[in-house]
Amino acid sequence: MATRSMQSGPDREEPDRPIAEIPLAEIDVSRPSLFQSDKVGAFFERLRREDPVHYCSESAFGPYWSITRYNDIMAVDTNHKLFSSEAKLGGIAIQDMHNDATNLELEMFIAMDQPKHDAQRKAVTPAVAPSNLLLLEPVIRERAGAILDSLPVGEEIDWVKSVSVELTTMTLATLFDFPWDERAKLTRWSDVTTAIPGSGIVESNEQRRQELIECAMYFKGLWDQRIDRSEGSDLITMMANSPATREMPFLEFLGNLLLLIVGGNDTTRNSISGGVIALNQNPDQYEKLRQHPSLIGSMVPEIIRWQTPLTHMRRTALADSEIGGKRIAKGDKVVMWYLSGNRDETVIERPEEFIIDRKNPRQHLSFGYGIHRCMGNRLAELQLRIIWEEIHKRFRLVEMVGEPERLLSNLVRGITRLPVKLHAH
Amino acid sequence: MVKVTFVAHDGRRFPVEIEPGMTAREAALFNEVPGIDGDCGGQCACATCHVHVDPAWIDRVGRLADDSMEADLLQFAEGTTTESRLACQIKLDDRLDGLVLRVPEQQY
Repeated sequence: MATRSMQSGPDREEPDRPIAEIPLAEIDVSRPSLFQSDKVGAFFERLRREDPVHYCSESAFGPYWSITRYNDIMAVDTNHKLFSSEAKLGGIAIQDMHNDATNLELEMFIAMDQPKHDAQRKAVTPAVAPSNLLLLEPVIRERAGAILDSLPVGEEIDWVKSVSVELTTMTLATLFDFPWDERAKLTRWSDVTTAIPGSGIVESNEQRRQELIECAMYFKGLWDQRIDRSEGSDLITMMANSPATREMPFLEFLGNLLLLIVGGNDTTRNSISGGVIALNQNPDQYEKLRQHPSLIGSMVPEIIRWQTPLTHMRRTALADSEIGGKRIAKGDKVVMWYLSGNRDETVIERPEEFIIDRKNPRQHLSFGYGIHRCMGNRLAELQLRIIWEEIHKRFRLVEMVGEPERLLSNLVRGITRLPVKLHAH
Repeated sequence: MVKVTFVAHDGRRFPVEIEPGMTAREAALFNEVPGIDGDCGGQCACATCHVHVDPAWIDRVGRLADDSMEADLLQFAEGTTTESRLACQIKLDDRLDGLVLRVPEQQY
């Protein structure tokens, strides 16, 4: 990709008129401002009802199809032979990869098709497979407890900075066996990877490029120390010692690293924050949780559905086909809006509501389905379960005391600030 | 009815009965057999209903077909063997009455 594979993009001015009056052909759900203002849901609701497979002929990202219903998204996601993730065709996000000379042409397995995807994914999967997570659980729990114990009760704090970022960064540092005192670098690189110039994170694409090269050089140093190291279940040792990944070209090495960093950081971070928002907006559910803490197990997937930390994944059609009665041409850009599918009332009962004891809470699209399904899904759930178990031990209420601030991005459904006050039991 | 016995990782046995035509995933979920998640709803899209077919039954159930979606997904699962299948792809009929399936320690 260009590093922009995971970026959101520029925005157009938002028309100031009721959604119902906008001609369907003019609806463009890719505008990042719609996500920052958290107003995109009403657009998806209309598309699901009136034009579930919708063509937008003109956008800042070029023409694209929006797939908005659960079952259509499932059909595209599981048809990897027809719908490609290949970076050179545009990759996995609405913003094309490899489209800008100022960017790095990174490569990562999420943006590859078979067979290369399979070999590279298999090389790193053991790091987040269940047996390794059993080893990680006590470490994560101890660190989560330490974070929560350090927080002041009764004072306004920013939950994002104090908890969500801290916990996910610590977990990521553990997975990479990253030098502990320098772990803030991981957060920075994660933010930079998905940032657009002017979003407050980087000023220019050149700055991004420079910082990501620094990231690569830093990891190259760790790699060189660990190559030929026989023990070690951290991701770098695994990549350095697997035949599928040890000879990776430089940009593929950097791309896969950034994939693991962003995958393990932004997404869980925003679900940790999103859970606090959801419980505050649904005090009856918060009360139910206090009465029945064993519901944390089913609340965790509900948080992940409700938040939908990645709004979409994109594919490119390799041949002419049909989805929901619409003709998709070879080469077309097809965007699966997970955020919309997770609110599809024909598949999920009362989808707008946050319900911690849903019957089938794991039936959601947030991890994707098929061969590109989120590799770290169990780790994400583990972190969320631990943090809520540890919160429950310490605090009666994490009270939201101001409006959350959201990220300007059409890909990462990010919460950048969340003022809260903690109340002891 | 078709009888299926699920054997948990710790050796506990869960004998269940289900109508012919249903899948082994449904047999587990409808009877609350622990250890089968089945996140995707039985569409062969997630590999969270991984089971090890008892060797005595594998020929009747059939082994994983190369180049199938099921194989594409199971290649990333933990602890697969030559008897690994996805329960959602095992359709139960009278031929499989008495089937024994082993549930791995965790789904992934």
